[in-house]
Amino acid sequence: MNIKAVIKNLVNSKGISGNENCVCETALALLKEYCPDAYIKNGNVIGKFGSFSDNRPHILLDAHIDQVGMIVTYITDEGFIKIGNVGGLDRRLLPAQQVTIHCSKQIKGVICSVPPHLTKGKSSVLKIEDVAIDTGYSKNELEKIVMQGDMVTFDTVYTELINDRITASALDDRCGIASILYALELLKDTSLNCNVTVLFSAQEELGERGAKIACYEINPDIALAVDVSFGYTCGDTEHECGKLSEGAMIGISPSLSKEISDALINTAKNNDIPYQLEVMSGLTSTNADRFSVSRNGVKACTVSIPLRYMHTPVEVIDVKDVELTGKLIAQYLKEVQ
Amino acid sequence: MNDYLKELCLLNGVSGNEENVRSYIIDKIKNICTYSVDNLGNIIACRKGRKTADKKLMISAHMDEVGLIVTSVRNDGTLTFDAVGGIDSAVIIGKKVKIGSDGLNGVVGSKAVHKLSAKQRDEAPEISDLYIDFGAADKKDAEKYVNIGDYVYFDSEYIEFGDNRIKSKAIDDRAGCAIMLSLIEEEPEYDTWFIFNVQEEIGLRGATVSAYTVSPDIAIVIETTTAADIDGACGADRVCEVGKGPVVSFMDRSTMYDRELFKTAFSLADEINIPCQTKSMIAGGNDSGAIHISGSGVRTIAVSLPCRYLHSPSCVISAKDYNDTYSLVKALMKKVLD
Repeated sequence: MNIKAVIKNLVNSKGISGNENCVCETALALLKEYCPDAYIKNGNVIGKFGSFSDNRPHILLDAHIDQVGMIVTYITDEGFIKIGNVGGLDRRLLPAQQVTIHCSKQIKGVICSVPPHLTKGKSSVLKIEDVAIDTGYSKNELEKIVMQGDMVTFDTVYTELINDRITASALDDRCGIASILYALELLKDTSLNCNVTVLFSAQEELGERGAKIACYEINPDIALAVDVSFGYTCGDTEHECGKLSEGAMIGISPSLSKEISDALINTAKNNDIPYQLEVMSGLTSTNADRFSVSRNGVKACTVSIPLRYMHTPVEVIDVKDVELTGKLIAQYLKEVQ
Repeated sequence: MNDYLKELCLLNGVSGNEENVRSYIIDKIKNICTYSVDNLGNIIACRKGRKTADKKLMISAHMDEVGLIVTSVRNDGTLTFDAVGGIDSAVIIGKKVKIGSDGLNGVVGSKAVHKLSAKQRDEAPEISDLYIDFGAADKKDAEKYVNIGDYVYFDSEYIEFGDNRIKSKAIDDRAGCAIMLSLIEEEPEYDTWFIFNVQEEIGLRGATVSAYTVSPDIAIVIETTTAADIDGACGADRVCEVGKGPVVSFMDRSTMYDRELFKTAFSLADEINIPCQTKSMIAGGNDSGAIHISGSGVRTIAVSLPCRYLHSPSCVISAKDYNDTYSLVKALMKKVLD
């Protein structure tokens, strides 16, 4: 499996929270290679991996499929599209971004930037309700093709940097999906001592909603939320971040299962798989927060890929970290009794 | 509309590094007219017309675009930079860039929004707070690929969208260059000098030199200018509007334009039935500033395309304005010498 090709395929399919259909189809096709019975339900992609039998631990592997983005709220008389944010957006970087409006067809637009002579030298950051998109169409033309609630995404495409690093929007959390698919690739000829269900979950960015309903349905004993976390970059506090190229970040937190954190750490140590630790003091802001309190409780842990510039159109990761994350997950599943 | 605009916009040529654009233009004009390249890199071309007029007419546009320049390599392998020309930091953050002559891919990153305080989320960053990440592991690794002083360009697609709109980087002033390439192809009524200038964005440097060399009586500058007809801008703040024809200014921050030429432009536009507008704010400036006070003075007019989001990776113009600007300049070339 070519990890870069899978990531490229996944990030070039768009899907903001609640509008995941397009990327779900892409992910479903990829997952069916390993889970032939995989299906889409309520925005979630779900598939059973390998054989299932009673009296074995049931493990859920999850990565969220949605991305942050924007949604059409209004068309002005002059033909500008007003938007709301879906998920946490950095409003400072919106001006002059090229976007696509996914309406009855796909149309291009540019987010208005205020020219310097109007800002009187010091540019301010617009409130989301003051942000507008220039589509080059009049209100009349737009009303024929655009509806309120249509999604808007940044146009940055997958691009390779040096050293196996790549940039794109939506690497959060498509690279998590890629790492799970890679783990399945590594395990496809292995018989495991556990039952494994794969979940690519919807609406994480709006409060882990897809994870809540899917975990209820799947009813696992153990759940791994494979997501991204902060990769150290200039201006960050070093101990609050992971480092790019140094492997998956295994979560430790009061809300996570110490047993699973330790098992993941031992797996990594015993098999010389590079890893990092991510210590949190309460909730994790990942799907693990939902998994742990699903039904009568699930042993949950986070496995995170370090990522720079989270929620921007130019997120950066190292593909080696995706590979190392996949290896860690695969090895962990082999060792579960 | 021909391919000149697209091809020119996609070339990289920040002020002081216009070589790619210059080569492209020379390739197009070398068999049509006589030309020379001066010490600064300006192209000075003379196109023979059907007649020779008493007065000397010069048409100009600038080849350079705004961009960035690498100022240092940091220990973590990221690059600090400065802007070449006036660029608002708000349009740099969160963008893809191309670095150096090899066009290495990079991004202008920023601390994740999650880690910003409520106050920081509402504050535009300074350019000195931004940096370029191109994947280098550390300083030593980065220095294998990048040198201090390397130019950096916006990595921006050229697209046609909406109702006859074009979006690209560098439309300022490749649109002027592209229109000049079309004009130079047709035999003009009178001999005409066509000048492709360097270094406009850092202070009209090329035009200062080329206007001295050519020493024209009359100059027509083809430019792009700030259209602020965006959501929320009213009245005079709109400055000029995309889709409403070429912009002819009476005054900006660099020039008090020749009043007679100003009036001629409007009556001529009316005559050939194209829209024409002026700016509702005294703002900006262009090569006219250097040209009109060159030698013993040059009667100067600027004909500009209204352009939204000027000096950003996403400049937007209307194809109709482009064609109308071409038509107006073409008509002016004859009219001002008749």
